[in-house]
Amino acid sequence: MQRYEVPAAPSQTILDLVTYIQRALDPTLSYRFACRVGMCGSCAMTVNGRPRWTCRTHVAKVAGEGEVTIEPLKNMPVVKDLTVDMREFFDKWARARGAFVPSEDAARDFAVVPPSSPERVEADAAIECIGCGVCYAACDVVAWNPDYLGPAALNRAWTLVNDLRDDGQPERLLAVAGDAGCHACHSHESCRTYCPKSLNPTASIAGLKRATARAALRGEL
Amino acid sequence: MSALAASSFRRRTHPAYVAFLVHRLSGLMLALFLPLHFWALGQAIEGEARLESFLRWTDNPLTKFAELGLVVLLAAHLGGGLRLLFIELVGWRDWQSRAIAFAFALGLAFGLLFLLNLGA
Ligand code: SF4
Ligand code: SF4
Ligand code: FES
Repeated sequence: MQRYEVPAAPSQTILDLVTYIQRALDPTLSYRFACRVGMCGSCAMTVNGRPRWTCRTHVAKVAGEGEVTIEPLKNMPVVKDLTVDMREFFDKWARARGAFVPSEDAARDFAVVPPSSPERVEADAAIECIGCGVCYAACDVVAWNPDYLGPAALNRAWTLVNDLRDDGQPERLLAVAGDAGCHACHSHESCRTYCPKSLNPTASIAGLKRATARAALRGEL
Repeated sequence: MSALAASSFRRRTHPAYVAFLVHRLSGLMLALFLPLHFWALGQAIEGEARLESFLRWTDNPLTKFAELGLVVLLAAHLGGGLRLLFIELVGWRDWQSRAIAFAFALGLAFGLLFLLNLGA
């Protein structure tokens, strides 16, 4: 562990601290960021033991005695310093069939999806994910079972399960129903607790559990 | 390194995680203690002076304490189970934290009720 002294500044964020260290104290320090306004999801780190988006985390809120511990995100291999390899995290989105599958007649017909329809409401509640990996780093099941698809990928799958225009539902349900899928989740809600966008992957995963159970009862899985 | 050691555990200090732990641990402890409980019960009511010995046995403060523990464990486990059912079958969202509080309250209420009964 390295220790650095950084001068305090008004409205200072954790990302500001790290940037100061790199620019003024240790130019070899590696970390990742892009937007600095909570949109891109690239700046997440472990701050005082909790996964957070650092560009929107104020130092004043988390530094108790004027000290913070900053580590890379958990559950992902460290590339260097505060930079982690997110490849597996995003590969799992693909494995959970997180890509939209257009239907044959998509070009001909407009799908009418009333904003108040139950499916749209479910999808809306989960759609604002920025792919930051905070939930994934917080999840114990990811640590216990490296194959577990994880909260973000499953949350994404749930938005598509609720997309009436999507034509890949049977394959998607099959993909999320396996050993490493939604049924591995223990509902301990670490993902929901730390998601900076206040999403609730636990609820999305619970939705997948119900959807896969229904499909299994109908003999479709 | 103590800051780093603490950090691996700090992300687990939120109510839902505690509820998950209580559910797991109470389940484990029930699995361990219920057989013991039934065995002790069986022992107490066997033999000649059945009723007599049983009554004496239940008067034992240690028995009372153990039984109180069992009731609290049962209630806590029931509460944890209800929480899971609400999240996973009913699809509770914003109610989840309330579900946790409810589970704990239920556990405590059962325990205290039992305690009051014992005192009476
Ligand atoms: S609720 Fe499920 S996905 Fe979320 S942290 Fe717990 S095990 Fe992981
Ligand atoms: S669900 Fe939340 S915590 Fe997880 S990747 Fe998306 S925005 Fe980040
Ligand atoms: S830098 Fe884009 S979310 Fe923090």
